[in-house]
Amino acid sequence: MNKEVLIKVEGVSKKYCKDLKKSLQYGLYDLFKPVFFGSKKKGLRNHEFWAVKEVSFELKRGECLGLIGHNGAGKSTLLKMLNGLIKPDEGSIEMRGRVGALIELGAGFNPILTGRENIYNNGAILGLSKKEIDNKIDKIIEFSEIGDFIDSPVQNYSSGMKVRLGFAVASQMEPDILIIDEVLAVGDVGFKIKCLNRISELLDRCAVIFVSHSMTQVAKVCTHGMLLDHGKTKYESEQVQNVITEYFKLFQNSESSTQGTGQASFSNLIVENYSEKTDNRFVFQQSNDVKLNFELTISSEIKKFYVGLSFLDIEQKLVAVANNVQDGIVLINDKEKHHISISVPNLFSSLSYSVTLGVFEVKDYNDPVSLGKLLLRKSDFISFINQGVKLPSYTPIQLSANWEFK
Amino acid sequence: MQIRVYKSDNSGVRLKDLLSEMFSDLKQSRDLAWRLTVRDFKGQYRQSLLGAFWAFITPLMSALVWIFLNASGAVKISDSGIPYPAYVLTGTLLWSILSESVMIPLKQTMGSKGIIGKINFPKEALLLSGLYKIGGNSLIKLCLMFAVIIIFGITPDFRIIFIPLVILGLIFFGFCAGLILTPLGMLYNDVGRLIPMGMQFLMYLSPVVYSASKNQGFLAKIVEWNPTSCLIVTAREYMTGLESSYNLYFTVLMIFTFIFLVFAWVFYRFSIPIIVERNG
Repeated sequence: MNKEVLIKVEGVSKKYCKDLKKSLQYGLYDLFKPVFFGSKKKGLRNHEFWAVKEVSFELKRGECLGLIGHNGAGKSTLLKMLNGLIKPDEGSIEMRGRVGALIELGAGFNPILTGRENIYNNGAILGLSKKEIDNKIDKIIEFSEIGDFIDSPVQNYSSGMKVRLGFAVASQMEPDILIIDEVLAVGDVGFKIKCLNRISELLDRCAVIFVSHSMTQVAKVCTHGMLLDHGKTKYESEQVQNVITEYFKLFQNSESSTQGTGQASFSNLIVENYSEKTDNRFVFQQSNDVKLNFELTISSEIKKFYVGLSFLDIEQKLVAVANNVQDGIVLINDKEKHHISISVPNLFSSLSYSVTLGVFEVKDYNDPVSLGKLLLRKSDFISFINQGVKLPSYTPIQLSANWEFK
Repeated sequence: MQIRVYKSDNSGVRLKDLLSEMFSDLKQSRDLAWRLTVRDFKGQYRQSLLGAFWAFITPLMSALVWIFLNASGAVKISDSGIPYPAYVLTGTLLWSILSESVMIPLKQTMGSKGIIGKINFPKEALLLSGLYKIGGNSLIKLCLMFAVIIIFGITPDFRIIFIPLVILGLIFFGFCAGLILTPLGMLYNDVGRLIPMGMQFLMYLSPVVYSASKNQGFLAKIVEWNPTSCLIVTAREYMTGLESSYNLYFTVLMIFTFIFLVFAWVFYRFSIPIIVERNG
């Protein structure tokens, strides 16, 4: 019972039209053509493109497929086909069992009506019968944490409360196949944790398709990964981490920006220890430290200064910093050009990182150190991917500890 | 375990399977349809002072205009066998049932456009809920028509017991016409604008506010053979005890209505994925 194939997708393609007027015309044509002339024409028409092209996969109960790709890669189109909202233009999809979709939370809510009434509205649209809802309503209200507000109109709810209520209803579905699209992007932290917990409860019982731009969540939840690029399957693996790495490689470096007073500038940046370089992105082996050499020119009115490197992950979250103050180094502006060499121990995991260089004036090096104005902040100073990680994980930093076993 | 297969072409589907799937979806959608109806009625009336009054205010107003025009002698309307106010009130109320029935499939589908593109539920629920709403409003209008008959001292005959059936026929006729136009209306919003205009025009081609003239001009012929005339006149005759003039026509019309209704339904089901595709 536990290992049956629930989703079978074979060579599925879907075309879309970029131009609205043309798109409506084609819609009209598709509407009436089968009535008069038989089946639809294959191949692309003018202004059309393949939003999804020849995608195939199978998913068993207990498995979770993470669909990743940039915006417009065809993820949502694929989900719509899986959910039966639109038909594939080529190929076939077989779905076994009850399908639950966490795509639109709170569908069917009427703002005038109370939360309690809307639980029934939303539940009915999701395919829950009145009896099922009657049995679960207390659980739903409890899960939503809405309390007394349950009997006031939904239009008085905050957007977070609406989402909570929507998820509370949706989470009561007992599907065989679960489709999740970006719903966890909203809500506060506590709620997110609750949602993820509920989803992990469902994971063992369902075949899950999970779409999210949060790679941490994908890495945490999924057993399989599939990378879509321009509608095609670019990479597919049971090693979700590898799929995520491939995904990061797709991104061009973001435009690096420079801020600050302009009283500091750098030149001659040389990166050492890397194993290869693709599109301005360095690839490091985890066994090698990250080493940067550059020259810094600071205008003479600045006496003392600070240099720091900030490490950001792909989601632009700050994960680590290194600076001279922390390492007990005092930097005095006594030269025209400072040759700086920084070597950072490679504690990073197998994700993609970008480094921001920060240079500040230092008013006082005595304890506590007080920083003055920002002289230079260079975002995307360098960016790199880490490889050779023995056991990939979704945490940005992997610590190296001393172990003792007795 | 339920198995669903989605493929590009449906050439292999047999009519029998299709019909059984359609009716099973219809059956499954009853809960949801009822829920949607309750939701919309509650939502509508909770934020309104006049409430159900809005169900019949429009036909009542247009009837009043015609009663005034007739009384003032601005227009001369030939005798119909019942007092003119009763004639025009039944006419506009019946017509409002018909025109509401024509518009409801598109209105229901358009109103749920957002959900249709996101959640897979039996779309029959939208249609059924539309019928429930029409049914509710028609009941109010029917009571009003009975009140009119009593007030004007009209004595109906035994045929009055068939009046719910006749009105149901009128609703289905309008619904069927609206349903055929719905897929097109979901693509181009011109349709949604043209329907009320067309209904306004058709109203004057049917004996709603004036009785069919006895002369044999081209226009009079159109008015006579217009199917909406048949519906309005039959309903009014059954209600007021006037002699039936369209019995055969009405029967044939009903047969065609139900055949077309099934076609319109198939077309509607088939069109939904295409509409979702084009509207996001």
